[in-house]
Amino acid sequence: MENPLLSYTLFLADNSLITGQRLSEWCGHGPILEQDIALSNIALDHLGQARMLLQYAAEQKGEGWTEDRLAYFRDEKNFRNLLMTELPKGDWGYTVMRAFLYDTYHFYEMTSLLQSKDKQLRAIAQKAIKEIRYHAQWSAEWVIRLGDGTEESHQRIKRSLVELWPFTGEFFETDEAASGLNANGIAPSYTHIRTQWNAKVEEVLALATLERPADGWMQSGGRKGAHTEHMGYLLAEMQHIPRSYPDAQW
Amino acid sequence: MILQLLGQVSDPEVPVLSILDLGIVRSWRKDENGVEVVITPTYSGCPAMDTIEADIRKTFLEAGFLHLEVRTVLDPPWTTDWMSEEGKEKLRAYGIAPPESGSADKRTLFGKEEAVRCPHCRSLQTEVVSMFGSTACKALYRCKDCLEPFDYFKCI
Repeated sequence: MENPLLSYTLFLADNSLITGQRLSEWCGHGPILEQDIALSNIALDHLGQARMLLQYAAEQKGEGWTEDRLAYFRDEKNFRNLLMTELPKGDWGYTVMRAFLYDTYHFYEMTSLLQSKDKQLRAIAQKAIKEIRYHAQWSAEWVIRLGDGTEESHQRIKRSLVELWPFTGEFFETDEAASGLNANGIAPSYTHIRTQWNAKVEEVLALATLERPADGWMQSGGRKGAHTEHMGYLLAEMQHIPRSYPDAQW
Repeated sequence: MILQLLGQVSDPEVPVLSILDLGIVRSWRKDENGVEVVITPTYSGCPAMDTIEADIRKTFLEAGFLHLEVRTVLDPPWTTDWMSEEGKEKLRAYGIAPPESGSADKRTLFGKEEAVRCPHCRSLQTEVVSMFGSTACKALYRCKDCLEPFDYFKCI
Protein backbone atom coordinates (compact mmCIF):
# COMPACT_ATOMS: atom_id res chain seq x y z
CA MET A 1 0.00 0.00 0.00
CA GLU A 2 1.58 3.24 -1.13
CA ASN A 3 2.45 6.02 1.27
CA PRO A 4 -0.57 8.41 1.34
CA LEU A 5 1.57 11.53 0.98
CA LEU A 6 3.26 10.08 -2.09
CA SER A 7 -0.10 9.09 -3.62
CA TYR A 8 -1.46 12.56 -3.00
CA THR A 9 1.64 14.28 -4.41
CA LEU A 10 1.37 12.12 -7.55
CA PHE A 11 -2.37 12.90 -7.81
CA LEU A 12 -1.57 16.63 -7.85
CA ALA A 13 1.44 16.17 -10.15
CA ASP A 14 -0.41 13.98 -12.67
CA ASN A 15 -3.34 16.40 -12.82
CA SER A 16 -0.94 19.16 -13.81
CA LEU A 17 1.12 16.99 -16.16
CA ILE A 18 -1.82 15.57 -18.11
CA THR A 19 -3.61 18.95 -18.23
CA GLY A 20 -0.43 20.57 -19.59
CA GLN A 21 -0.02 17.80 -22.15
CA ARG A 22 -3.61 18.13 -23.43
CA LEU A 23 -3.52 21.94 -23.60
CA SER A 24 -0.25 21.78 -25.57
CA GLU A 25 -2.18 20.09 -28.38
CA TRP A 26 -3.64 23.51 -29.21
CA CYS A 27 -0.20 24.95 -29.97
CA GLY A 28 -0.34 26.00 -33.63
CA HIS A 29 -4.04 25.17 -33.87
CA GLY A 30 -5.73 27.95 -31.90
CA PRO A 31 -8.67 29.78 -33.49
CA ILE A 32 -6.77 33.09 -33.39
CA LEU A 33 -3.10 33.82 -32.77
CA GLU A 34 -3.49 35.56 -29.40
CA GLN A 35 -5.48 32.65 -27.95
CA ASP A 36 -3.09 30.08 -29.42
CA ILE A 37 -0.30 31.84 -27.52
CA ALA A 38 -2.44 32.21 -24.41
CA LEU A 39 -3.15 28.48 -24.19
CA SER A 40 0.47 27.59 -24.90
CA ASN A 41 1.55 29.80 -22.00
CA ILE A 42 -1.13 28.33 -19.74
CA ALA A 43 0.02 24.82 -20.69
CA LEU A 44 3.57 25.84 -19.82
CA ASP A 45 2.44 27.00 -16.34
CA HIS A 46 0.80 23.58 -15.79
CA LEU A 47 3.94 21.76 -16.91
CA GLY A 48 6.07 23.90 -14.60
CA GLN A 49 3.82 23.04 -11.68
CA ALA A 50 3.94 19.37 -12.68
CA ARG A 51 7.74 19.53 -12.57
CA MET A 52 7.82 20.91 -9.03
CA LEU A 53 5.36 18.25 -7.83
CA LEU A 54 7.09 15.40 -9.69
CA GLN A 55 10.43 16.50 -8.22
CA TYR A 56 8.86 16.30 -4.75
CA ALA A 57 7.36 12.87 -5.53
CA ALA A 58 10.73 11.63 -6.81
CA GLU A 59 12.40 12.89 -3.63
CA GLN A 60 9.86 10.92 -1.57
CA LYS A 61 10.39 7.75 -3.62
CA GLY A 62 14.18 7.96 -3.45
CA GLU A 63 16.05 5.03 -5.05
CA GLY A 64 17.17 7.06 -8.07
CA TRP A 65 13.69 8.19 -9.13
CA THR A 66 13.60 11.50 -11.01
CA GLU A 67 10.86 13.77 -12.38
CA ASP A 68 11.61 12.50 -15.90
CA ARG A 69 11.44 8.85 -14.92
CA LEU A 70 8.06 9.44 -13.26
CA ALA A 71 6.68 11.34 -16.27
CA TYR A 72 7.97 9.06 -19.03
CA PHE A 73 8.41 5.57 -17.61
CA ARG A 74 5.26 4.96 -15.59
CA ASP A 75 2.54 2.84 -17.15
CA GLU A 76 -1.09 3.94 -17.40
CA LYS A 77 -2.27 2.13 -14.30
CA ASN A 78 0.24 4.05 -12.17
CA PHE A 79 -1.02 7.48 -13.15
CA ARG A 80 -3.37 9.11 -10.62
CA ASN A 81 -4.87 12.02 -12.55
CA LEU A 82 -8.55 12.95 -12.66
CA LEU A 83 -10.32 11.51 -15.71
CA MET A 84 -11.40 14.97 -16.83
CA THR A 85 -7.82 16.00 -17.51
CA GLU A 86 -7.20 13.20 -20.01
CA LEU A 87 -10.33 13.74 -22.14
CA PRO A 88 -9.60 14.73 -25.73
CA LYS A 89 -9.05 18.35 -26.67
CA GLY A 90 -12.41 18.74 -28.41
CA ASP A 91 -13.43 22.05 -29.95
CA TRP A 92 -12.60 25.47 -28.48
CA GLY A 93 -15.78 25.57 -26.37
CA TYR A 94 -15.08 22.10 -24.97
CA THR A 95 -11.54 23.15 -24.07
CA VAL A 96 -12.55 26.38 -22.29
CA MET A 97 -15.44 24.69 -20.47
CA ARG A 98 -13.18 21.88 -19.26
CA ALA A 99 -10.52 24.43 -18.33
CA PHE A 100 -13.08 26.50 -16.40
CA LEU A 101 -14.46 23.52 -14.42
CA TYR A 102 -10.96 22.28 -13.59
CA ASP A 103 -9.28 25.70 -13.05
CA THR A 104 -11.96 26.76 -10.55
CA TYR A 105 -11.46 23.49 -8.63
CA HIS A 106 -7.67 23.85 -8.90
CA PHE A 107 -7.85 27.42 -7.54
CA TYR A 108 -9.75 26.44 -4.38
CA GLU A 109 -7.62 23.31 -3.92
CA MET A 110 -4.35 25.29 -4.07
CA THR A 111 -5.80 28.05 -1.87
CA SER A 112 -6.50 25.41 0.76
CA LEU A 113 -3.01 23.94 0.36
CA LEU A 114 -1.55 27.32 1.37
CA GLN A 115 -2.38 26.14 4.90
CA SER A 116 -0.87 22.67 4.49
CA LYS A 117 1.35 21.38 7.28
CA ASP A 118 3.61 19.90 4.61
CA LYS A 119 6.31 22.53 3.94
CA GLN A 120 6.97 21.56 0.32
CA LEU A 121 3.31 21.33 -0.72
CA ARG A 122 2.76 24.69 0.91
CA ALA A 123 5.69 26.25 -0.99
CA ILE A 124 4.48 24.78 -4.29
CA ALA A 125 0.92 26.00 -3.63
CA GLN A 126 2.20 29.51 -2.89
CA LYS A 127 3.90 29.55 -6.26
CA ALA A 128 1.11 27.89 -8.23
CA ILE A 129 -1.82 29.93 -6.86
CA LYS A 130 -0.51 33.13 -8.46
CA GLU A 131 -0.58 31.55 -11.91
CA ILE A 132 -3.84 29.65 -11.40
CA ARG A 133 -5.62 32.89 -10.60
CA TYR A 134 -4.92 34.03 -14.17
CA HIS A 135 -5.97 30.64 -15.61
CA ALA A 136 -9.30 30.66 -13.78
CA GLN A 137 -10.04 34.20 -14.90
CA TRP A 138 -9.18 33.43 -18.53
CA SER A 139 -11.33 30.30 -18.76
CA ALA A 140 -14.31 31.87 -16.94
CA GLU A 141 -14.26 34.87 -19.28
CA TRP A 142 -14.30 32.55 -22.30
CA VAL A 143 -17.22 30.52 -20.89
CA ILE A 144 -19.18 33.74 -20.45
CA ARG A 145 -18.26 34.99 -23.92
CA LEU A 146 -19.33 31.74 -25.63
CA GLY A 147 -22.34 31.03 -23.41
CA ASP A 148 -23.71 34.55 -23.71
CA GLY A 149 -22.57 34.70 -27.34
CA THR A 150 -24.29 33.69 -30.54
CA GLU A 151 -26.99 31.04 -30.85
CA GLU A 152 -24.41 28.62 -32.26
CA SER A 153 -21.74 29.26 -29.62
CA HIS A 154 -24.36 28.90 -26.89
CA GLN A 155 -25.62 25.54 -28.18
CA ARG A 156 -22.14 24.14 -28.66
CA ILE A 157 -20.76 25.12 -25.28
CA LYS A 158 -23.99 23.95 -23.62
CA ARG A 159 -23.39 20.52 -25.19
CA SER A 160 -19.82 20.54 -23.86
CA LEU A 161 -21.03 21.42 -20.36
CA VAL A 162 -23.49 18.51 -20.36
CA GLU A 163 -20.82 16.09 -21.68
CA LEU A 164 -18.25 17.18 -19.09
CA TRP A 165 -20.51 17.35 -16.04
CA PRO A 166 -20.33 13.60 -15.17
CA PHE A 167 -16.57 14.01 -14.74
CA THR A 168 -16.84 16.67 -12.03
CA GLY A 169 -17.90 14.38 -9.19
CA GLU A 170 -14.46 12.78 -9.18
CA PHE A 171 -12.89 16.13 -8.18
CA PHE A 172 -14.22 15.78 -4.63
CA GLU A 173 -13.81 12.06 -3.90
CA THR A 174 -12.14 11.04 -0.67
CA ASP A 175 -10.93 7.72 0.65
CA GLU A 176 -9.26 6.53 3.85
CA ALA A 177 -5.81 7.77 2.86
CA ALA A 178 -7.14 11.21 1.90
CA SER A 179 -9.07 11.51 5.14
CA GLY A 180 -5.90 10.61 7.01
CA LEU A 181 -3.97 13.35 5.27
CA ASN A 182 -6.76 15.80 6.05
CA ALA A 183 -6.71 14.83 9.72
CA ASN A 184 -2.95 15.56 9.73
CA GLY A 185 -3.50 18.99 8.20
CA ILE A 186 -1.61 18.04 5.06
CA ALA A 187 -4.44 17.81 2.52
CA PRO A 188 -7.55 20.04 2.48
CA SER A 189 -11.16 19.07 3.00
CA TYR A 190 -12.59 18.37 -0.42
CA THR A 191 -16.10 18.79 0.98
CA HIS A 192 -15.25 22.42 1.70
CA ILE A 193 -13.72 22.82 -1.76
CA ARG A 194 -16.89 21.41 -3.33
CA THR A 195 -18.98 24.10 -1.61
CA GLN A 196 -16.71 26.88 -2.88
CA TRP A 197 -16.57 25.34 -6.36
CA ASN A 198 -20.36 25.00 -6.60
CA ALA A 199 -20.87 28.66 -5.70
CA LYS A 200 -18.33 29.97 -8.22
CA VAL A 201 -19.49 27.65 -11.02
CA GLU A 202 -23.12 28.65 -10.54
CA GLU A 203 -22.15 32.32 -10.57
CA VAL A 204 -20.22 32.07 -13.84
CA LEU A 205 -22.73 29.76 -15.56
CA ALA A 206 -25.49 32.25 -14.74
CA LEU A 207 -23.48 35.05 -16.39
CA ALA A 208 -22.97 32.74 -19.37
CA THR A 209 -26.78 32.12 -19.54
CA LEU A 210 -26.09 28.41 -19.09
CA GLU A 211 -28.02 26.03 -16.88
CA ARG A 212 -26.14 23.96 -14.32
CA PRO A 213 -26.74 20.30 -15.24
CA ALA A 214 -28.36 18.06 -12.62
CA ASP A 215 -25.95 15.87 -10.67
CA GLY A 216 -26.35 12.31 -11.87
CA TRP A 217 -24.03 9.32 -12.04
CA MET A 218 -20.40 10.44 -11.87
CA GLN A 219 -17.37 8.94 -13.60
CA SER A 220 -14.57 7.71 -11.37
CA GLY A 221 -11.33 5.70 -11.28
CA GLY A 222 -8.45 8.07 -12.03
CA ARG A 223 -6.95 7.97 -8.54
CA LYS A 224 -6.82 4.16 -8.76
CA GLY A 225 -5.19 4.14 -12.18
CA ALA A 226 -8.38 3.05 -13.99
CA HIS A 227 -8.31 5.48 -16.89
CA THR A 228 -10.48 6.17 -19.93
CA GLU A 229 -9.79 4.91 -23.44
CA HIS A 230 -8.10 8.24 -24.20
CA MET A 231 -5.24 7.89 -21.73
CA GLY A 232 -3.33 5.23 -23.68
CA TYR A 233 -3.07 7.41 -26.77
CA LEU A 234 -2.02 10.45 -24.72
CA LEU A 235 0.74 8.51 -22.96
CA ALA A 236 1.92 6.88 -26.19
CA GLU A 237 2.49 10.32 -27.69
CA MET A 238 4.00 11.79 -24.54
CA GLN A 239 6.30 8.88 -23.68
CA HIS A 240 7.36 7.24 -26.91
CA ILE A 241 10.55 9.22 -27.57
CA PRO A 242 12.16 8.73 -24.13
CA ARG A 243 11.03 5.11 -24.16
CA SER A 244 12.51 4.57 -27.64
CA TYR A 245 15.83 6.12 -26.64
CA PRO A 246 16.04 5.50 -22.89
CA ASP A 247 19.76 6.25 -22.69
CA ALA A 248 19.60 9.51 -24.66
CA GLN A 249 21.36 12.49 -23.08
CA TRP A 250 20.20 16.05 -23.73
CA MET B 1 32.77 41.56 -6.63
CA ILE B 2 30.04 38.91 -6.40
CA LEU B 3 27.35 41.57 -6.76
CA GLN B 4 29.13 42.91 -9.83
CA LEU B 5 29.30 39.45 -11.42
CA LEU B 6 25.63 38.76 -10.69
CA GLY B 7 24.80 42.11 -12.30
CA GLN B 8 26.41 40.84 -15.51
CA VAL B 9 23.95 37.95 -15.82
CA SER B 10 20.97 39.12 -17.81
CA ASP B 11 17.50 37.79 -18.55
CA PRO B 12 17.79 35.86 -21.85
CA GLU B 13 14.41 37.17 -23.06
CA VAL B 14 14.85 40.79 -21.98
CA PRO B 15 18.62 41.36 -22.03
CA VAL B 16 18.36 44.92 -20.67
CA LEU B 17 17.44 43.40 -17.29
CA SER B 18 19.91 41.70 -14.99
CA ILE B 19 18.89 38.95 -12.58
CA LEU B 20 19.46 41.49 -9.80
CA ASP B 21 16.94 43.89 -11.40
CA LEU B 22 14.43 41.01 -11.56
CA GLY B 23 14.85 40.07 -7.90
CA ILE B 24 15.67 36.46 -8.85
CA VAL B 25 18.77 36.35 -6.65
CA ARG B 26 17.73 35.67 -3.05
CA SER B 27 21.12 35.54 -1.40
CA TRP B 28 24.75 34.58 -1.87
CA ARG B 29 27.57 33.39 0.34
CA LYS B 30 31.32 33.19 -0.09
CA ASP B 31 33.61 31.19 2.17
CA GLU B 32 36.74 29.04 1.92
CA ASN B 33 34.72 26.29 0.17
CA GLY B 34 33.56 28.53 -2.65
CA VAL B 35 30.53 30.58 -3.59
CA GLU B 36 26.86 29.70 -3.18
CA VAL B 37 24.15 31.65 -5.03
CA VAL B 38 20.50 31.10 -4.15
CA ILE B 39 17.92 31.92 -6.83
CA THR B 40 14.16 31.62 -7.08
CA PRO B 41 12.14 30.94 -10.26
CA THR B 42 9.75 33.54 -11.63
CA TYR B 43 6.97 31.47 -13.25
CA SER B 44 6.72 27.71 -12.59
CA GLY B 45 7.34 26.81 -16.22
CA CYS B 46 9.71 29.64 -17.12
CA PRO B 47 12.10 28.11 -19.68
CA ALA B 48 14.66 30.89 -19.14
CA MET B 49 15.56 29.68 -15.64
CA ASP B 50 17.78 26.84 -16.93
CA THR B 51 19.62 29.31 -19.16
CA ILE B 52 19.98 31.77 -16.27
CA GLU B 53 21.50 29.07 -14.06
CA ALA B 54 23.93 28.10 -16.81
CA ASP B 55 24.84 31.76 -17.36
CA ILE B 56 25.55 32.25 -13.65
CA ARG B 57 27.93 29.29 -13.73
CA LYS B 58 29.65 30.55 -16.88
CA THR B 59 30.08 34.09 -15.52
CA PHE B 60 31.59 32.91 -12.24
CA LEU B 61 33.83 30.30 -13.89
CA GLU B 62 35.22 32.90 -16.28
CA ALA B 63 35.94 35.17 -13.30
CA GLY B 64 37.98 32.36 -11.73
CA PHE B 65 35.48 31.00 -9.17
CA LEU B 66 35.93 27.25 -9.63
CA HIS B 67 33.72 26.17 -6.74
CA LEU B 68 30.25 27.50 -7.33
CA GLU B 69 26.91 26.14 -6.18
CA VAL B 70 23.59 27.45 -7.48
CA ARG B 71 20.60 26.53 -5.36
CA THR B 72 16.92 27.11 -6.25
CA VAL B 73 14.35 27.83 -3.52
CA LEU B 74 10.58 28.12 -3.89
CA ASP B 75 9.68 29.79 -0.63
CA PRO B 76 8.96 32.73 -0.39
CA PRO B 77 7.56 32.74 -3.94
CA TRP B 78 8.89 35.30 -6.42
CA THR B 79 6.75 38.39 -6.87
CA THR B 80 6.95 41.39 -9.20
CA ASP B 81 7.21 43.45 -5.98
CA TRP B 82 10.89 42.36 -5.96
CA MET B 83 11.65 44.05 -9.27
CA SER B 84 13.82 47.11 -8.70
CA GLU B 85 12.70 50.59 -9.76
CA GLU B 86 15.74 50.67 -12.01
CA GLY B 87 14.57 47.41 -13.59
CA LYS B 88 11.11 48.88 -14.20
CA GLU B 89 12.62 51.92 -15.90
CA LYS B 90 14.79 49.69 -18.11
CA LEU B 91 11.67 47.72 -19.14
CA ARG B 92 9.83 50.90 -20.03
CA ALA B 93 12.73 52.15 -22.14
CA TYR B 94 12.85 48.76 -23.89
CA GLY B 95 9.15 49.09 -24.85
CA ILE B 96 7.61 46.76 -22.25
CA ALA B 97 5.18 48.25 -19.73
CA PRO B 98 6.49 47.39 -16.23
CA PRO B 99 4.23 45.84 -13.53
CA GLU B 100 2.00 48.62 -12.29
CA SER B 101 1.52 48.14 -8.59
CA GLY B 102 1.20 45.43 -5.95
CA SER B 103 1.37 41.72 -6.66
CA ALA B 104 -1.61 39.68 -7.84
CA ASP B 105 -2.05 38.45 -4.27
CA LYS B 106 -3.68 41.74 -3.49
CA ARG B 107 -6.14 41.28 -6.34
CA THR B 108 -9.21 39.14 -5.86
CA LEU B 109 -10.30 36.50 -8.34
CA PHE B 110 -12.06 38.29 -11.23
CA GLY B 111 -10.93 41.64 -9.86
CA LYS B 112 -10.20 44.56 -12.14
CA GLU B 113 -6.69 45.03 -13.50
CA GLU B 114 -5.28 48.54 -12.98
CA ALA B 115 -4.90 50.92 -15.93
CA VAL B 116 -1.61 50.31 -17.72
CA ARG B 117 0.40 53.16 -19.21
CA CYS B 118 1.57 52.85 -22.82
CA PRO B 119 5.40 52.63 -22.82
CA HIS B 120 5.53 54.41 -26.19
CA CYS B 121 3.28 57.47 -25.82
CA ARG B 122 2.53 57.30 -22.04
CA SER B 123 -1.25 57.35 -22.54
CA LEU B 124 -3.58 55.57 -20.09
CA GLN B 125 -6.09 54.84 -22.87
CA THR B 126 -4.99 51.24 -23.21
CA GLU B 127 -6.82 47.93 -23.40
CA VAL B 128 -6.04 44.24 -22.90
CA VAL B 129 -5.87 42.06 -25.97
CA SER B 130 -4.91 38.94 -24.00
CA MET B 131 -3.62 38.35 -20.47
CA PHE B 132 -1.14 35.88 -21.98
CA GLY B 133 1.35 37.46 -24.34
CA SER B 134 4.64 36.52 -25.91
CA THR B 135 5.84 34.78 -22.73
CA ALA B 136 4.18 33.43 -19.59
CA CYS B 137 5.09 36.58 -17.63
CA LYS B 138 3.65 39.10 -20.08
CA ALA B 139 0.21 40.19 -21.26
CA LEU B 140 -0.61 41.75 -24.63
CA TYR B 141 -2.09 45.26 -24.64
CA ARG B 142 -2.86 47.87 -27.30
CA CYS B 143 -2.83 51.64 -27.00
CA LYS B 144 -5.93 53.43 -28.26
CA ASP B 145 -4.03 56.69 -28.64
CA CYS B 146 -0.87 55.85 -30.60
CA LEU B 147 -2.41 52.52 -31.82
CA GLU B 148 0.74 50.53 -31.01
CA PRO B 149 0.57 47.08 -29.39
CA PHE B 150 2.87 46.42 -26.43
CA ASP B 151 3.74 43.76 -23.86
CA TYR B 152 2.87 44.32 -20.20
CA PHE B 153 4.85 42.56 -17.47
CA LYS B 154 2.06 41.04 -15.35
CA CYS B 155 1.79 41.56 -11.61
CA ILE B 156 2.28 38.35 -9.73
